[in-house]
Amino acid sequence: MNQRTRLSLLFIQILIFSLMFALLGRLFYLQVAAAPLYKDAALSIQSRDVITPANRGLIVDSSGVPLAMNRVGIAVTVDRTQIDKQSDKGVSVLRKLSSLLKLEYADVYQRTRLCGELPKGQKAGCWTGSRFQPIPITKEADPSVALSIVERSDTYPGVSALPVALRNYPAKAGANGAHLLGYVGPLTEADLSGANGRTYFRSESIGKAGLELQYDEFLRGTPGIKTVIVDRKESVTRTSQNTKPINGNHLVTSIDVRLQASAEQALEQAVRSARASGYPSDGGAAVVLDVKNGQVLAMASYPTYDPNSFEKGLTVKEAKNLYSEKAGVPALSRSIQGLFAPASTFKAVSLVAAANAGYNLNGIYDCPSEVEVGTRKFQNFDSAALGKMSMKKAMAVSCDTIWYRIAFDEWLRDGGLKPKSDRNDYFFNAAKGFQIGIKTGVDLPSESSGRLADREWRTKWYAQNKDFYCNYKDRTPKSQQTPFLVQLAYENCLDGDKIRAGDAVNFSIGQGDTVITPLKLAQMYAAIANGGTLWKPTIAKAIVNSDGTLVKKVEPEALGSLPASKSTLKFLRASLREVVTGGTATSVFGGFPVQVSGKTGTAQVFGKNANGSLKADTSWFASFAPSTSPKYAVVMMVSQGGFGASTSGVGVRKIYQTLFGVSGSKVDSEKAIYPSGNPPVTIPKISPTTKVVGEK
Amino acid sequence: MSLMSSRISYRRNNRRSIFEGFDPVLTGAVALLLLIGTALVYAATRDWYAANGLDPEYYLKRHVLNILIGAALAWGTTVIDYRLLRAYTPIFWAIGVIGLIAVLIPGIGTAVNGAQAWIALPGGFQVQPAELAKISIIVGMSMILSERTHDSDQPSHRDVIQALVVAAIPIIFILLQPDMGTVFIISVAVVTIIGASGAPLRWVVGLIIVAIMGSYAAVKVGVISDYQVKRLQAFVDPNSDSQGSGYQLRQARITVGSGGLFGTGLFNGPQTNGRFVPEQQTDFIFTVAGEELGFVGCGLIIILYLTVLMRAFGIARRSQDPYGRLVCTGVIAWFAFQAFENIGMTLGLMPMTGVPLPFLSYGGSSMFANMIGFGLLQNVHARQRG
Repeated sequence: MNQRTRLSLLFIQILIFSLMFALLGRLFYLQVAAAPLYKDAALSIQSRDVITPANRGLIVDSSGVPLAMNRVGIAVTVDRTQIDKQSDKGVSVLRKLSSLLKLEYADVYQRTRLCGELPKGQKAGCWTGSRFQPIPITKEADPSVALSIVERSDTYPGVSALPVALRNYPAKAGANGAHLLGYVGPLTEADLSGANGRTYFRSESIGKAGLELQYDEFLRGTPGIKTVIVDRKESVTRTSQNTKPINGNHLVTSIDVRLQASAEQALEQAVRSARASGYPSDGGAAVVLDVKNGQVLAMASYPTYDPNSFEKGLTVKEAKNLYSEKAGVPALSRSIQGLFAPASTFKAVSLVAAANAGYNLNGIYDCPSEVEVGTRKFQNFDSAALGKMSMKKAMAVSCDTIWYRIAFDEWLRDGGLKPKSDRNDYFFNAAKGFQIGIKTGVDLPSESSGRLADREWRTKWYAQNKDFYCNYKDRTPKSQQTPFLVQLAYENCLDGDKIRAGDAVNFSIGQGDTVITPLKLAQMYAAIANGGTLWKPTIAKAIVNSDGTLVKKVEPEALGSLPASKSTLKFLRASLREVVTGGTATSVFGGFPVQVSGKTGTAQVFGKNANGSLKADTSWFASFAPSTSPKYAVVMMVSQGGFGASTSGVGVRKIYQTLFGVSGSKVDSEKAIYPSGNPPVTIPKISPTTKVVGEK
Repeated sequence: MSLMSSRISYRRNNRRSIFEGFDPVLTGAVALLLLIGTALVYAATRDWYAANGLDPEYYLKRHVLNILIGAALAWGTTVIDYRLLRAYTPIFWAIGVIGLIAVLIPGIGTAVNGAQAWIALPGGFQVQPAELAKISIIVGMSMILSERTHDSDQPSHRDVIQALVVAAIPIIFILLQPDMGTVFIISVAVVTIIGASGAPLRWVVGLIIVAIMGSYAAVKVGVISDYQVKRLQAFVDPNSDSQGSGYQLRQARITVGSGGLFGTGLFNGPQTNGRFVPEQQTDFIFTVAGEELGFVGCGLIIILYLTVLMRAFGIARRSQDPYGRLVCTGVIAWFAFQAFENIGMTLGLMPMTGVPLPFLSYGGSSMFANMIGFGLLQNVHARQRG
């Protein structure tokens, strides 16, 4: 062996040595450095999760009557792993099945496709779950249809019929409660991505609105997970974990199902009677609160919808109708989302402002037909000159001109268009004290906060709109350039950032840019009634485990106190009583055996309806009862419903009738919703079979 | 046996046992590889065959039978003096070429995975002539390059050209199948043998350049078939062919990676038992080792290969004559690059080709060829310089 051969052998040896070490290095990377990554990848290749949803907890009223429960439906399901093995990939079976179920074949076919299988844009109606779960074609099959599937399994290979749990809103006592309860539905991609910090499985249903959404984490329970290990042919080789589902907890609310039904009926009747009087009356809301702790005893919104329609499967028409302006946007929960000017119901705030400003509540004030504010004249309601009267009477008859004067005087005292730095802003501060413009914090999703049109708001508004008003002629079509609108735009451009005299006087009677929800007004009147505490309204009273043990109790939460002295509040309550005994609501409550205090409100609304007519007034009635020792606050609002008293006042009276058990001019406490005189404090036993009181 | 030894006059004296000439370290390493391979083949097939109602030991039994036949071939190769074998080299070479021609004739040869590479025999057995052709080429080239017709210590240009012709004829037939993996392994072995023969360095450099240009042209002109282009593309971009080669390579890497440091334990790999990697008892046997034996087991396998190879280098160095040295070098290059290509492919370092892992993969022809190669090493070892 010569030197060259020796060298070439050595060279080859070193080369081979290096190659083998390269393999070792790569192996180290794959199996040690990057092993966790590959382990995860392997697991996702091999494992399939089969989810058994937990039984969703019930939602019950304060006496245990179910508002939301689970019903057994018969689901007809298709097993993709089986039909895919058929020679025609299941086409003939699905065709037979669609004719048996009287459904369109295209719909049935689409429902059995996994969303991942379909190209973008064609996913509507696809199955969001996995191939390994039975895919439901319908959850409400006729028992005879189910029977024929089970009996002729050779005709329908891969199809089965089995009972499934459906969410059901039984509408006991006729209570719909759609806006309170919400509904459940399939998960969206956003839910699955963990946007809200919770983990979901594709096949689960989750709360989509209302209490179902707010308390979803308690109601849904924990689904059972069976993880199976599959091979390349997707046949199951073994089960790696198998956990049983844990039932969801029950939600006990402060709602009373009979009172809820009564509030819904009273509201609907109010809307209908307003319509009969010629008002468009496009919607309304009613709220009943326990003034002592803020618990919501009933809450209604009109128009409404059937919460069961979601589980049945919404048709396209139904889905569109929910948000249709023509149908009055039934999806809108007007109690917590409807924003309206409070009108004269706001005078309770103005009275507090006046008292704080040092006005003598026992003095005598003039109520002329109009008041000159700067260069403009502001009329009294219906331009009536009512002469000299006490403040109490002024509240009772809802005189506007008294407030114009006080508000204008205070505006001038605060510096007018050149506000002083040490201004008092009695009116704005009183409204702030009532927490106008802040959400009540009720335990429902999507509450609107309302708007307090104070100086800060005005400044922000001007910053956003200055450009538009200062270039009004360039920014608007000719049709919107009437002399009035051009003048308005000019003024807005000039000093739109300032509270003008007109703004100040409008504010004092609840007109202008300040808007609130019906629930906010109820919270405010409950605070007046209870001596000044603003409670956070709550619907949930407690969360109870499926075996009956208490998981969580919802305690009342005081959000603040009204900016009024005890004597001011006492005077205010007396004034509100006067409204009913000798004022705008007297005709409505004449002969009513329970002492009710309240305030009417008839708010002007600017703008036009779709048909071109001018918007009609918002009808308000805010109240509490019994006047001497208040227990309940009741507010009703009918949008475009006309006068406060004749529309909403009548509706509120009906609610009180049910609440106190009034028949004719007598109180039958046995017939009252709470015969003991107070809403129940104990947590009821929970059973899906609990009956409404009096129901057989 | 006695007949044979009596005929070989220059055989070393005082041999008492037929195993005496065996290098114990080399033999031990190969035996361990065979043992591990047997376990892996069984692990790769047991659950799947049982789940599909077949004999779970079907592959195990056949694999053990292959090893036994291979062992007999190795022993046979060892006991016949390689210098005697040298005389029969032209016959071995011719048999190899005839096999390669036969496999291309429709009706005799059968195609698997796009390559016309198998000859079906009665009893369900199949022979892959290309595997045995590797030996033909190694011994053929070694013979030519070690014959000295002149005084020079180095082979002449003429010798090199002759040796290349000896290699080129079988390679052309393998190209026609086409079996690119085997062509690659053989080509590397050919260049290595020429390099080790002491032939002028420009031959080595020239051949490497020709090989690179040839493969580039093959891809460009489209000599190689579509599935091979796809495999190459899948190597460059594993997502390009997510159902075919890309899938296989991805699955292979995941399976190896998921094994981690110690693996799942033999028979416990879910990827293996679910058969997510196709061909896992043959070309992708290393994935089974990766998942079930982990880094420790895979490292051991590579160290065993290194042991075999380093031991073989020692045998080559101590060889009495250039022929023995070149045969050893050829076998080393064959084992080393086939192992590197196979494991490299599994780990995503090399493009996908259908070559089995020496001593581990299931497959009769390759097992026989490997064992003959092992026998050749032992043969040279047994007759090395004292």
